[in-house]
Amino acid sequence: MLEFSLDARRGSFHFQVECAIASDWTVVFGPSGSGKSTLLRLLAGLDLPVRGRIALNTRTLTDTAIGLHLAPGRRSTALVAQQPALFPHLSVAANVAYGLHGLDHASRAARVEEMLALAGATDLAGRRPQELSGGEAQRVALARALAPAPRLLLLDEPFSALDGVASDALLERLQLWLRKNEVQAVMATHDVTDALATSAEVLLLREGRMTALGPAAQVLAAERERLMVRLQSRCD
Amino acid sequence: MEMDWQAFALSLRLATVTTAILLAIAVPLAALLVLGRSRWLAALEALATLPMVLPPTVLGFFLLVLLGPRTAVGRGITALLGHPLAFSFSGLVVGSVIYSLPFAVQPLVAGFASVDTALVDAARLLGAGPVRLVTSILVPLARRSLLAAIVLSFLHTIGEFGVVLMLGGDIPGSTRTLSIVLYNQVENFDYAAANRTAAILLGMSVVALALIYSKTQERGARRA
Repeated sequence: MLEFSLDARRGSFHFQVECAIASDWTVVFGPSGSGKSTLLRLLAGLDLPVRGRIALNTRTLTDTAIGLHLAPGRRSTALVAQQPALFPHLSVAANVAYGLHGLDHASRAARVEEMLALAGATDLAGRRPQELSGGEAQRVALARALAPAPRLLLLDEPFSALDGVASDALLERLQLWLRKNEVQAVMATHDVTDALATSAEVLLLREGRMTALGPAAQVLAAERERLMVRLQSRCD
Repeated sequence: MEMDWQAFALSLRLATVTTAILLAIAVPLAALLVLGRSRWLAALEALATLPMVLPPTVLGFFLLVLLGPRTAVGRGITALLGHPLAFSFSGLVVGSVIYSLPFAVQPLVAGFASVDTALVDAARLLGAGPVRLVTSILVPLARRSLLAAIVLSFLHTIGEFGVVLMLGGDIPGSTRTLSIVLYNQVENFDYAAANRTAAILLGMSVVALALIYSKTQERGARRA
């Protein structure tokens, strides 16, 4: 269960959302500038809210009222952004192993292999990030994020460089793995097909506010209705 | 006059010790200035840059007074070490570290600041604390800036004069560096020896700068 109540500001942009998510796969949907990435960065602990609280499975990660803010690496939270941000001076295998600092060599190697296999990137292990295509880099970024066994996975349009078929196959494999390992996932997208394809719960954002939360078909149908009415009124 | 090899060795020793201490201070300080969020960091950066604009003789004079017997700091250090820092090799090291601090910090700040913040965020999310973040991400990705900091600190220390003269005087084997030797040679109208000493100082600078620029070109060639 992911619960948060957040009040954050970035220049003139005011983000204010309060929500509790029980679903193991949630899609944050909204147009560019609606606050999707802001939400993910706040949940990951990379940015601080002005006021707010974040709790994951009853464990408090941030609570401004008591001055608590766990560092990003101590929140059992992973973030895969649209830009893979692979460390350019390390091989793919070393990138994936970066978050496995406490493990012995054999366990680390086994975990790296497992994660690369999950992401469909086993044959990339020895390569450098500069030698990867956009899609390959996104696969490696996913493997790297999952390697330390997070409890919450945040995805910010993570497969934008993959073609539709490859993206769907990876998404399906990922969802199975997350369910098996009891990892909750929140994926931000502005692509309606992503939201529908994953049969997820959808959190709808507009201008920094949550406007709906519920099953994908229901929320998106309501949003479609709203957009049609708006379009009609403009035409009139 | 014969070449003063003792002064040459002392200058190299002073520059090596100073550069090592500067790196130990400048790497974490530069990382703090780039990654930190405190509003006091601007004041800290200004303080770290101050020796760059302060006349060396003024800095040397302040340090001479501070480390002398008239201040509590100076008396405390004398009691601790058994001798005053002024007019000693250790005193020269202290003066050199302060004097060359901006030449170590500024290239590192520029280098660390040029590292993509997405990489820093990724490392933090993967559990890297400040030390690991600096050693495994910032320093490897800012290698050229680190090299520049090393070379500039070393050369700046080799060539310093005002601070050395004010704080260390001219004691052979203890505080007489190549710059002091050059000054003495010119004062004695021994231009042949002064030419040799100056040529050595110039040669060291040219070699070190060539090293930096060759590394820059290597990088450029790899990119192309």
